Amino acid sequence: MSWEIVVGLETHAQLRTRSKIFSGASTAFGAAPNAQACAVDIALPGVLPVLNQAAVELAIRFGLAVGATINRRSIFARKNYFYPDLPKGYQISQYERPIAQGGTVPVMLPEGEKHVALTRAHLEEDAGKSLHEDFHGMSGIDLNRAGTPLLEIVSEPDLRGAKEAIAYARALHALVVWIGVCDGNMQEGSFRCDANVSVRRVGETAYGTRCEIKNLNSFRFMERAIEYEARRQIGILEDGGRIEQETRLYDPERDETRSMRSKEEAHDYRYFPDPDLLPLVVHEADIARIRAAMPELPAERVKRFSEAYALSPATAAILTSSLQMADYFEAVIASADRETVRQTANWIAGSVSAKLNALGIGIEDCPVSPAQLRGLIDRLTDGTLSSKLAKEVDDAMWAGEGSADEIIERRGLRQMTDVGAIEKAVDDVLAANTRQVEDYRAGKQKAFNSLVGQVMKATRGKANPTQVNEILRRKLA
Amino acid sequence: MLNATVAELSVALSARRVSSVELARLFLERIERLNATLNAFITVDGERTLDAARQADARRARREGGPLTGIPIAHKDIFCTRGLRTTCGSRMLENFISPYDAHVVERLASAGTVTLGKTNMDEFAMGSSNETSYFGPVRNAWNTARVPGGSSGGSAVAVAARMAPAATGTDTGGSIRQPAALTGICGLKPTYGLVSRYGMIAFASSLDQGGPLAKSAQDLALLLNAMAGFDRRDSTSLERAPEDYARMLDFDLDGLRIGVPAEFFGDGLDAMVRAGVEAALRWFVAQGARTVPIRLPNAGLALPVYYVLAPAEASSNLSRYDGVRYGYRAREYEDLMDMYVRSRTEGFGEEVKRRILVGTYVLSHGYYDAYYLQAQKLRRLIAEDFSAAYRDCDVILGPTTPTTAFALGSKLDDPVQMYLNDIYTIPAPLAGLPALSIPCGFDGQGLPIGLHLTGNYFSEAQLLGVAHRYQQASDWHLRLPPELP
Repeated sequence: MSWEIVVGLETHAQLRTRSKIFSGASTAFGAAPNAQACAVDIALPGVLPVLNQAAVELAIRFGLAVGATINRRSIFARKNYFYPDLPKGYQISQYERPIAQGGTVPVMLPEGEKHVALTRAHLEEDAGKSLHEDFHGMSGIDLNRAGTPLLEIVSEPDLRGAKEAIAYARALHALVVWIGVCDGNMQEGSFRCDANVSVRRVGETAYGTRCEIKNLNSFRFMERAIEYEARRQIGILEDGGRIEQETRLYDPERDETRSMRSKEEAHDYRYFPDPDLLPLVVHEADIARIRAAMPELPAERVKRFSEAYALSPATAAILTSSLQMADYFEAVIASADRETVRQTANWIAGSVSAKLNALGIGIEDCPVSPAQLRGLIDRLTDGTLSSKLAKEVDDAMWAGEGSADEIIERRGLRQMTDVGAIEKAVDDVLAANTRQVEDYRAGKQKAFNSLVGQVMKATRGKANPTQVNEILRRKLA
Repeated sequence: MLNATVAELSVALSARRVSSVELARLFLERIERLNATLNAFITVDGERTLDAARQADARRARREGGPLTGIPIAHKDIFCTRGLRTTCGSRMLENFISPYDAHVVERLASAGTVTLGKTNMDEFAMGSSNETSYFGPVRNAWNTARVPGGSSGGSAVAVAARMAPAATGTDTGGSIRQPAALTGICGLKPTYGLVSRYGMIAFASSLDQGGPLAKSAQDLALLLNAMAGFDRRDSTSLERAPEDYARMLDFDLDGLRIGVPAEFFGDGLDAMVRAGVEAALRWFVAQGARTVPIRLPNAGLALPVYYVLAPAEASSNLSRYDGVRYGYRAREYEDLMDMYVRSRTEGFGEEVKRRILVGTYVLSHGYYDAYYLQAQKLRRLIAEDFSAAYRDCDVILGPTTPTTAFALGSKLDDPVQMYLNDIYTIPAPLAGLPALSIPCGFDGQGLPIGLHLTGNYFSEAQLLGVAHRYQQASDWHLRLPPELP
């Protein structure tokens, strides 16, 4: 009998605010340790939290984007536990009444689109960081991150297997970045996932006992950790054992999960409403305002692109991989004809994406502006440039040499369309390469290609290859 | 001058009959002379005080400042003071120096008051006798074998013994009013949210409220004018238009409806205390006030409700004292857990640990619903009792405490007996209502009796007016402890 892997993800997305969720300290990454920890973050005696409205608005924006219910009244609670990087001895979070409940995230899977259900999304503060190296038997505490606003997004156990979990995590990542609530920087910890993993025999309806896997800070690790954990659980069950509910830590170096604490050792967090903060009340007008400012969502954009521009699903997916990418594409094709749209889509999905990937940058940092790219595409569609020449012009644009027209002019790259000139070049090549001409006539196709190459070389690539082919064939006939 | 009220000192300062520096010296000398006996102050910094007094005199000379400019006051050691040690009565914060001023400290400083020092208190404001202080008990100025009440016992004795004209305090279950009553002075706990809690070290956040202790109701009004005000750093601070709390001092008592709850005159009330309170009530009636019998049916539950909610909040509020970043850390420990355990075991006193344990218990999985949640529901019922009562009356009158000051050490072994001392003061903070205590007589042993008046939300000006009228016709508040050295 085969097994089904059941996964639910808890994702912590750092909200893009300038200051912390309950203090005025900066959230910028990379400052000297404790340089961005104010009296409130250090939890000095007598300090009090004040809620950052910007964090609330971003949480609502996310809730609206996934179609969640925005609770008009939600409550901040204290989650009590001792840890050196938790200065107050409690984390301010939301427990019984989160700001958003329900909603779904559309995920593209090989078998089609799946709407992964969300349980909730709630606001909370991040803890600081414990540094165990370089302190000679002691630990260092950096509280710069303490109080950073997080949105914890909890999915239902709707995901089946590691691949599906990763697809959901990627879709969620793209979404939070798209709507601007999170910068999505996983190296800096702006987007982190914990996975609840259980297994059951195919056909069973009850869930198996789950284990929570922590420390999944890349998609690759997440996939490996879930696969490892599922194998571990299946192994235990097939040997007649039982799964203990526990929290496990993924070790990427050994590619395994190991027990962090059992259910018995689990903390009793003693949640209770934080008496320092009033209930968070959200007004209809705020929701309406945030909804009005919402960008067109990725799913809507994919649909519109596919329909309006007749794009393949794969191309539409690439062109909507980020809000900036989609906007870039639409900026290039402003009032363009069908052929221009087709060329642009292919060009961005192909050349531009490849170059961005090679440089490891996003479209927002692309050195070629939408207007520049349009200049290139126009010369391609009007026949001024062959695709080969277009690539050369493109390279020059990426190197900062200006517009397509300037580069064409400066380098003299205009495609030869004068039939007489091309015929002359062909005649010269034929005269100089009698051997290949004989080979061709003897039936060697390769010789023909070589002759085309010679003509292209003689014209420094400016001859129209289609014309060259046609003329050669005619003259050799 | 030592016996003058703040209002009188203000006039003297305005008239240049005295300077702030002279006043500061006078009270510093008095503190120097009496503190060894009474232990009302934990920290005094004379130079700092005189500097502030000189600045106040300079402000007065420039015809700047207000009625409080140049008035010396004492701060309960629960208020953070920048550069001046803030201990909260605990070994945990024995050497803690705050980098910032509490909102109350800031406001009083900008009004021109001069800080004499930081007053002793029950550790983290947990106690009703000032015996839980790490810095030793405060002694009652009326009888040094008696407790002064708590937790603001140091502030109360500082005023009673004329070591300061006025002082700040905080009240969670009676910590301003009960010591005021036991030391023969006046104390006001304002409506929750009127005085910012920023920089006031938290005990039970939903109950804690700062307020003044002084010799007269008029002085309370002057101090509250400076202390109250919106502060965006405290999310529970109320954004209201500023008001003059002294505007109703000439309040007309004719027609005033005084609610008298049977629940506050039942078993356990000392006969002399009852007699004192009833005499005061008769005086009000003689002025045209009307007695209205009212019921507060859930008031009897206030004490158990309080001793679930306050420890619950305290157990969480005090988690930050872990020895990691500031405050007491055990000298030796084996690992992280051991450091927590030892630091907190050694840094906190018995009463604080008792309340942390109780609070942790009532918030625990499986007990939360039965204790914490149930207590929250009862808290609402208690508040509703008051709302219903205020449809029929304007103020509620009763005793502040069941007895006068008890002997040092007499209740230390029995926490419940100790807690019962707050039985009349606890309902008001549970409902968030303003309440004050003023002296209304003495018992057979010459110990002061406190009269407790609870008002409706934001009725401080009226409460103070009622109290002021009583004090114009009585001199209980002006009597001096007889046996001071």
